[in-house]
Amino acid sequence: MVPITALHYLVVAAALFVLGVIGVLTRRNVVIVLMSIELILNAVNLNLVAFSRMWGNLHGQVFAIFIIVDAAAEAAAGLGILIAFFRNKETVNVDEIDLLKW
Amino acid sequence: MNPGLNSALNSGMAPVATPWFFYGLAIVAVVSGVFVITRRNAVHAALALIVALLAVSGLYLMLYAPFVAGVQIIVYAGGIMVLFLFVIMLVNIDRSSKERRFNRMWPVGLAAACALLALFVSAIMKGKALLPDRMMPLPESSNTQQIADLLYGQAGRMGQYTFAFEIASLLLLVAILGAVIMTKKKI
Repeated sequence: MVPITALHYLVVAAALFVLGVIGVLTRRNVVIVLMSIELILNAVNLNLVAFSRMWGNLHGQVFAIFIIVDAAAEAAAGLGILIAFFRNKETVNVDEIDLLKW
Repeated sequence: MNPGLNSALNSGMAPVATPWFFYGLAIVAVVSGVFVITRRNAVHAALALIVALLAVSGLYLMLYAPFVAGVQIIVYAGGIMVLFLFVIMLVNIDRSSKERRFNRMWPVGLAAACALLALFVSAIMKGKALLPDRMMPLPESSNTQQIADLLYGQAGRMGQYTFAFEIASLLLLVAILGAVIMTKKKI
């Protein structure tokens, strides 16, 4: 059995990141697009914590905590925008959000 | 140092968990990630995302990061996902769950994501030689205290990240105000 190194964690994080990117680029539902962004942020966090373990210091874990703070702020602001938009247009599909497009 | 512990430290994760834990958690995380982006019902996607977050938090535990794992469970799975489920209940999902799941340009998005995956794979393959072949041991029992020393400082002095911590509190304040203002009907 191969011992688990940082490389294994990098592969898992890359897979999660690409899944999140696919979700952002292809789904129509805004809520699921925001959830895919959370998936991307989690992949980055996993990378940071793996690197922190790899070099034996804790700066990566502190950065992971800051990214969790960012994710909370982003979720609150994004869902606020979503509710404001839903009140105006009665839809949650991204391809119907085209007020700024002409 | 006894030879058993030494070889255990040299072989990476061996002292606390076998590699099978890693493979199990990684498979759970990736499979529920696939569920997140393919489910038609947004509530099912949110539940799959909660499973993915819990699996990633288990991976943090395997990486000797118990504080980040706890914050992940409390803030992500407990706080942010409840917010998501609330919003899913507020906007009506009946109509959107009957419509197309993917937008019209989905092949382009999929191709772009595959290109990104190829970039990641080539970067990992090229940089593999730079990575050390074993993990450094981290003190697990004082993990929370050391993170607190970095964030808040110790012995009356400012820590390395105290200023960034205060800026983060400002960011949270702005996010709260923004969310309240945007969801108000009349400002």
